[in-house]
Amino acid sequence: MMFDPGMVRAQFPVLARTVRDAPLHYLDNAATSQMPHAVLDAVAHHETHSRANVLRGVHTLAEEATDAYESARADVARYLNAEPDEVVFTSGATGAINLAAHSFGGGLREGDEIVLSDLEHHSNIVPWQMLRQRTGVTLKFLPVTDEGRIDLARLDSMLGPRTRLVSLVHVSNVTGAELNAREAAAAVHAAGAKLLLDGAQRMAHGPLDVAALGADFYAFSGHKMFAPNGIGALWTRTDILDAMPPFLGGGEMILGVTREHTEYAPPPRRFEAGTPPIAQAVGLGAAIRWIEAQELAGVESHLKALTARALDGLAALDNGRGQIRVLGPAGLQERLPVVSFSVEGAHPHDICQILDGHGVATRGGHHCAQVLMERFGLTGTTRASLALYNDAADIDAFLAGLDDAIRRLT
Amino acid sequence: MALAHDETRAGRLDGADASATVDNPLCGDRVTLDVRLDGGKITEIAHHVRGCALCAASAAALSAAAEGRDADSLRSAREQIAALLAGGAPPGAPWEAFGAFAPVAAYKSRHSCVTLPFDALDKAFAGT
Repeated sequence: MMFDPGMVRAQFPVLARTVRDAPLHYLDNAATSQMPHAVLDAVAHHETHSRANVLRGVHTLAEEATDAYESARADVARYLNAEPDEVVFTSGATGAINLAAHSFGGGLREGDEIVLSDLEHHSNIVPWQMLRQRTGVTLKFLPVTDEGRIDLARLDSMLGPRTRLVSLVHVSNVTGAELNAREAAAAVHAAGAKLLLDGAQRMAHGPLDVAALGADFYAFSGHKMFAPNGIGALWTRTDILDAMPPFLGGGEMILGVTREHTEYAPPPRRFEAGTPPIAQAVGLGAAIRWIEAQELAGVESHLKALTARALDGLAALDNGRGQIRVLGPAGLQERLPVVSFSVEGAHPHDICQILDGHGVATRGGHHCAQVLMERFGLTGTTRASLALYNDAADIDAFLAGLDDAIRRLT
Repeated sequence: MALAHDETRAGRLDGADASATVDNPLCGDRVTLDVRLDGGKITEIAHHVRGCALCAASAAALSAAAEGRDADSLRSAREQIAALLAGGAPPGAPWEAFGAFAPVAAYKSRHSCVTLPFDALDKAFAGT
């Protein structure tokens, strides 16, 4: 089956709407992607026919809800080439990293070292800073190259006998740069440390083998991979999960409770206190099956072509004046379709607002990456981020809108 | 855009009686306001903006009308501008320049760009 962007696009009902009297050109996928009929229908069907709480009910609806929830866990595990019991559902990538920071991080001691990078989203900085406040761990930051990649050449110099964890973004939400995870993992493991990858921006682009990547933890969000908000997961190996204490306490995560003592459930339930986001998990499972059904080599070619069209268009708009500065790799290798740029003399929010008037949804600001912004001497950028349903008309509308914005703002 | 590019009263005031800096947590934009006061009224004001056109324009409009005003007058101005952003009537004198922000009412995510300079001024007064 050949990839047909037109057929894919038709499966996303929101893309048929207009915005401010213009056709919608949705280029904010790094923030939140849209949902296809397959996901919307799966969520609606579950909520219409099988809505109930999971695990403890014995009636039919409760059994169906439990089956659907655990089936979604199996979908995630298959997508990551992992085991279902290694998948802990969370509220998203932020929830997943906070879980790791509390439960795995709680075992660290003053002077233990965690290595991050200047490319990280705040969700992979702040939880570790909070851990530093609680335990006295030391944080180190890998620098970023001028191309917007983590400078892995500096990794060895950051690793030492007290390094316990290296936590890096798999694909940057600002520059689109994809980490060479295997290279990072080899160095991290040689130092006796563990590697956490923030996969929020990677997951929409097809299945992966987390163990083969060398990851010890993998965190992601559903809403950036065509699934609902409020669902994500932390994957980690069973031996690591078994050693981790619970983070949140409550129902669903126990084997038994007395006045004096609680016996915790084994992973992954030990880490899923309270009623989980059941319909959202059902939607995530549906999104995974939908992605798996796409012709992914064709998707990759399509997105590379659109990224090239955007980058070439920006260069043409700039016309050698040096007014537009792209943050990210110049080429298309080891890069996913995120295009961030600054325009001298124009604020990103003003650009985004004018683009919105053209029906083009982009994002402006620091993208929760203020450390990276400081690295490049900027307060923010404008970002166009693509998904498989985007087409050349989206890119052309974006470039035409940007041309208008630059004329009006500078 | 003319207001946004208005450099009148842009910069810092040496020896200000009150100063405050506030950040917009949504975008990282930052406004610093310095004021000189006499009897609780602003006699001189300067603004320093690292932000978008709306924020810069709001700071310029605020600074242009703030001299001679006290905290109560500024609170009233803020209420009038909040009403404008909610789709209401433009503010009266001396805040009529804020009428230019009427189209912003349709963009809720940009309302804080207009009000950020007022946050800075509130904070400056609170520190006196």
